Amino acid sequence: MKEAVAGTLESGDIMVTIGPGDGLQVNLQSSVAAQFGRQIKAVITETLEGLGIHDAHVEAVDKGALDCTIRARVTAAAVRATGKDVWKD
Amino acid sequence: MRNSKLVTLEEAIKRSGLKDGMTISFHHHFRGGDKVVNLVVDKLAQMGFKDLKLAASSLSDVHAPLIDHIKNGVITGISTSGLRGALADAISHGLMKEPVVFRSHGGRGSAIASGELKIDVAFLGASSADELGNACGYSRSENAKSICGSLGYALPDARYAKHVVVITDDLVPYPNMPMSISAADVESVVVVDSVGDSSKIAAGAIRDSKNPRDILLAKQAAKVIINSGYFEDGFSIQTGTGGASLAAVKYIREEMINRGIKASFALGGITAHMVKLHEEGLIGKLIDVQSFDKVAAESIKNDPTHQEVSAVEYASGQHLGSATHALDIVILSALEVDTQFNVNVLVGSDGIIRGAIGGHQDTAADSALSIIVCPLLRGRIPCVVPKVTTLITPGKSVDVVVTEYGIAVNPGRPEIAEKLKAAGLNIVDIKDLAAKASSIIGQPDALPFGDKVVGVVMNRDGSVLDKIYNIVE
Repeated sequence: MKEAVAGTLESGDIMVTIGPGDGLQVNLQSSVAAQFGRQIKAVITETLEGLGIHDAHVEAVDKGALDCTIRARVTAAAVRATGKDVWKD
Repeated sequence: MRNSKLVTLEEAIKRSGLKDGMTISFHHHFRGGDKVVNLVVDKLAQMGFKDLKLAASSLSDVHAPLIDHIKNGVITGISTSGLRGALADAISHGLMKEPVVFRSHGGRGSAIASGELKIDVAFLGASSADELGNACGYSRSENAKSICGSLGYALPDARYAKHVVVITDDLVPYPNMPMSISAADVESVVVVDSVGDSSKIAAGAIRDSKNPRDILLAKQAAKVIINSGYFEDGFSIQTGTGGASLAAVKYIREEMINRGIKASFALGGITAHMVKLHEEGLIGKLIDVQSFDKVAAESIKNDPTHQEVSAVEYASGQHLGSATHALDIVILSALEVDTQFNVNVLVGSDGIIRGAIGGHQDTAADSALSIIVCPLLRGRIPCVVPKVTTLITPGKSVDVVVTEYGIAVNPGRPEIAEKLKAAGLNIVDIKDLAAKASSIIGQPDALPFGDKVVGVVMNRDGSVLDKIYNIVE
């Protein structure tokens, strides 16, 4: 796994950086952390586990993204980081 | 001239008899460009005053320097319509011992008139004044440095404060006429380099939107108005700040021309949009408590049918002659609306104060038809919620809520729901809107409120509506 990024810092988006790690470690900065931080972390973790990724370091900077956006950005970053294209199948 | 009241700021303060513990007041007609509050409070701090109560008509980002004056004990109490920026953030985190008292513009006018809010010394910025204190929010001289238009929020202060200091950046020959503030109410006149930056009046809450969602909301709001039963010759209207409510004016204008309908007056914060309709002959008179941009400020100077009114004449709940009582339609924005139609325009969904009551409570309560325009979501933040974070405008005065997912009508106004349905508009239950929002974003966790009261929200009749607690990081 190499380090890879997906997403932007625009309002309504999330920028996700994925790199090598031991276990899943998610650092989140979010404009809606107080109300949604727990949910956002859960979506990131579930998305990665769904892709079979159990060891990664994730830095996420969230600007109020919805769950669908978070899943898309995490998936894109994971594909770029692992080189394994999940959309081809 | 004989009897000149011209003095330095320091002399004016000494002459006023101001003492520790007293109440000083300011208006916010320069909004984000205001220079008077910081100038005067810096001087008061320098002169060693402590424990002063600051009664402003509103405060914004530009007043962040008050944070240090609060820490140093110069300012120990605040009453205002709103707070924004670093000052709002610090107060939300518990900066002050005494809670901030929030009042609507009409509520503040009433409180001053009734003596509930007693002002010892008012420091009122003006774009022109003569040596006796006749003052205006514009200047007709060639040396004019600033313009803010209406001085509506300063007029109760000028009339009822024990001592009035006019601060101007353009001293003009006597008599400065027509005047807003009369020399009869003024004790001292102070000349400074600048009372405010007029280019910053339209900054912040007031913006002209090109956002497609705002335009969709504006079109829906216009359809509600046109089909409400109140859209007939001689109607009256007010729009709040917020992109969608300002954009709605454009679509209403088109329909006024199509149907040959004219409005008798537009009220409130007057914007360039309203001035345009007025100049086209579509709106008879403009009643202006606050000029929201330079175009409106110039108009009040030049147009005798564009009338300045005080906050009391504008929106007092206690004076039945106030203009809101004659108002047909108001379009307002919201941070949050709940399933009881209660509205919050003051405290963000993160629990931090970030707005102002303004005339929201007043116009919603007195108008014949109040329309709230807001998107269902702002990013991940829901605008239609089960319960508002802070209650500002009670649901019984809110008639229609327009979102991009449908229009909700207060069950107390079934006749309006019928009319809008007949016009083919998408009328939905407000509970369904809240459910739709939560289906997209999930269930938000509770905000980390502490147990210290940092703000008290007053209703316009002087009763307490809600309390704001501190936010714990």
